Amino acid sequence: MAATIQAEAPEAKKAPVHQPVARIALIGNPNSGKTSLFNQLTGLNQKVGNFPGVTVDKKTGISQLTPGFKAQIIDLPGTYSLYPKSLDERIIIDLLYDPASKHYPDLVIVTADASNLKRNLLLFTQLADLNMPTVLALNMMDVAETEGVKIDVEALQRELGVPVIPMNARKGVGIAALKIVTSQQLASPGATFFQIPADLRPLVDQIKERFGLRNDYLALHYAHQYKSLRFLSEENKVWLDHLVEKEGFRSNAVQASETIARYARINELLLDVVRVEKVKEEEKFSNRLDQVLTHKVFGYLIFLALLFLVFQAVFAWASYPMDLIDQGIAAINTLIQENFSGPLINLLTEGVIAGLGGVLIFIPQIAILFAFIAILEETGYMARVTFMMDKIMRKFGLNGKSVVPLISGVACAVPAVMSARTIENWKDRMITIFVTPLMSCSARIPVYTVLIALVVPEVYYFGFLNLQGIVLMGLYLLGFVSAILSAMLLKVLLKARERSYFIMEFPVYKMPRWKNVGLTIIEKTKAFVLEAGKIIVAVSIILWVMASYGPGDSFERAEQRVQAEAQAKGYTQTQTENAVAAAQLESSYAGMFGRTIEPVIKPLGYDWKIGIALLTSFAAREVFVGTISTIYSIGEEENVTTIKDKLLAEKDADGNPFFTPARAFSLLIFYAFAMQCMSTLAVVRRETKSWTWPLAQLVYMSGLAYVAAFITFQLMK
Amino acid sequence: MVQNSSEDQQGQKTVRDMKIGERGEICCLNDPEMALKLLEMGCIPGTEVKLNSKAPLGDPITIIVNDYTLSLRLDEAETILLKKR
Repeated sequence: MAATIQAEAPEAKKAPVHQPVARIALIGNPNSGKTSLFNQLTGLNQKVGNFPGVTVDKKTGISQLTPGFKAQIIDLPGTYSLYPKSLDERIIIDLLYDPASKHYPDLVIVTADASNLKRNLLLFTQLADLNMPTVLALNMMDVAETEGVKIDVEALQRELGVPVIPMNARKGVGIAALKIVTSQQLASPGATFFQIPADLRPLVDQIKERFGLRNDYLALHYAHQYKSLRFLSEENKVWLDHLVEKEGFRSNAVQASETIARYARINELLLDVVRVEKVKEEEKFSNRLDQVLTHKVFGYLIFLALLFLVFQAVFAWASYPMDLIDQGIAAINTLIQENFSGPLINLLTEGVIAGLGGVLIFIPQIAILFAFIAILEETGYMARVTFMMDKIMRKFGLNGKSVVPLISGVACAVPAVMSARTIENWKDRMITIFVTPLMSCSARIPVYTVLIALVVPEVYYFGFLNLQGIVLMGLYLLGFVSAILSAMLLKVLLKARERSYFIMEFPVYKMPRWKNVGLTIIEKTKAFVLEAGKIIVAVSIILWVMASYGPGDSFERAEQRVQAEAQAKGYTQTQTENAVAAAQLESSYAGMFGRTIEPVIKPLGYDWKIGIALLTSFAAREVFVGTISTIYSIGEEENVTTIKDKLLAEKDADGNPFFTPARAFSLLIFYAFAMQCMSTLAVVRRETKSWTWPLAQLVYMSGLAYVAAFITFQLMK
Repeated sequence: MVQNSSEDQQGQKTVRDMKIGERGEICCLNDPEMALKLLEMGCIPGTEVKLNSKAPLGDPITIIVNDYTLSLRLDEAETILLKKR
């Protein structure tokens, strides 16, 4: 068999020596140190998680294997087998099952955790049966050693028929050997691990003939997975449909007996290869730690304490760098405005730079939050959190793994929605994505702070409980509770596509690698700046234009009118300037919009000015504060500078204060619920690959906001 | 090996029924769909399992199989039948 297979090597690879760059795919179980190896090979260090399935995007890097021989390394998502269960894992079959593709790899490096060889070899034997040139990187030899697992590498190499390189990718041990062997390894493996059962031969032969395949096992996988192979044409899928039907092919049963046969073969070949020296009856360190960290009482208390620490960091510590960024942006704007003038300069300062400032100011919070999440994932603690929370979350249609997106949502929904990718189950993932934006994100804080300061007195109970703080906490709780209840609603409405499961490896505790933590922070912050940033800046510019121009000569007329009024009333210069700005905003396109929607928002207690703020909030919620600060800059006392004073001075038609508690709370509730974030909608569109989800979110959340604000205002009025 | 649930299995002990620290040998998996995932993770008939721990609310649980720790829900544990001793 071996000899014929050699001749059959798929599409007879040219020796990589003749190619400028060879393509090498890196594949392995989650937690097998695959990404560490990728980082070592390419020098482009990226994230390694302890949480199964953290690597999601297809990462590539160039490696100089030997002088004069370069290879492009593709880092594939971690998987336990070639039968993909999650979205990420499908990338693998798309890449490996299409020999005609220009991305088809020349060689596969399989990483295996030496301390857990049996399970890791399942994937290896599947890949070997596809008959691709393969090298086995036997990783984590150090861990195996401390656990008393002795591996006879020579014997393993003989049994598997491919080069086996013992290594420790974390420390870089074995990398040089791997590079040299990889550059020489052109031949396909000599051994076959799974013999196609005789009753499947007709099926396999027909598929091989139709698609011109030379490999039996690949043909078998076409029969198993043709529905999710994207490169197959509709016609071919229909043909396979008929064939599978005709041959009475039972995918589940065939797959199960294949896995059992493979494990039997692995057990057999490992008999002479692996020796476990110490019998480790004494409890492992991880287990003892788990007795505390997942304890009935302490487990939750420690988790709550950690959450408290995270929030403390995100809200208190982050405020210092945020103030610096805020002042920095303001200083740049002042500097530009003092030295230049003209409409383009206004566009730059009030549109572009202000919009950019709105993005940059959130970087400290996002960086701090993801630093914590990365540490928790790196150490393996996050897996314990999902373990402890799974039962509770399931009651609400979520999944233990929904905890990470929900916590991240408190900083920003954009990276939070992206982190839902680790959830394999379609329904659980959609529900998580749908409800995550209801968590109060940091963009809501400025709105909350201003409005609470306006109507909630600064009273202390018991000397330390601040009433304003309690209201703020109440709003966060409101966000969380509405997310949970919405999830319950969706649980009933949505039909499951597949069964949810929680079968996952429970990683051992490890020390976090700070480099990886740092890289995660950079990666997530970059995602936020790029994803949210471009939309916020674009919308800021559009809104600036809408607020700075009005139809015809409305702006000049507004200015003339106010100037006359100012002279009559004896305004100072500053008061006059403010009054002109306010009157011009009223007559701008944005003002027209505010007036148009006024009848709709009147039942909530809002006027057209708030209407403008609602419009501008669509770029990003925090724009609300800047907008109302401009709108309410009506000629008052010269020392009235804070937003709070401006709002307090605003009078309704009868001369009473406009911002009553009813109006302020109505606004608070509206901002807690409303979907006012274009960036989130864009990211949800990208993650769900459909417009249905972002649109449903927009309608649902805005509807909820409207109804809740309406009830609040009518009750408190 | 992989079987559908049937009457003759009624009353047979599953991983769900194990106590913490208890060991057993996998006899068969009675849910064909869940079996695929469990087999991949090394829950092969004839393999020894040990119930390692339970989540604070009793579900999910962790088991030790093939020298590593695997977490799964009680509903999934119920599909792993144990050999009679």
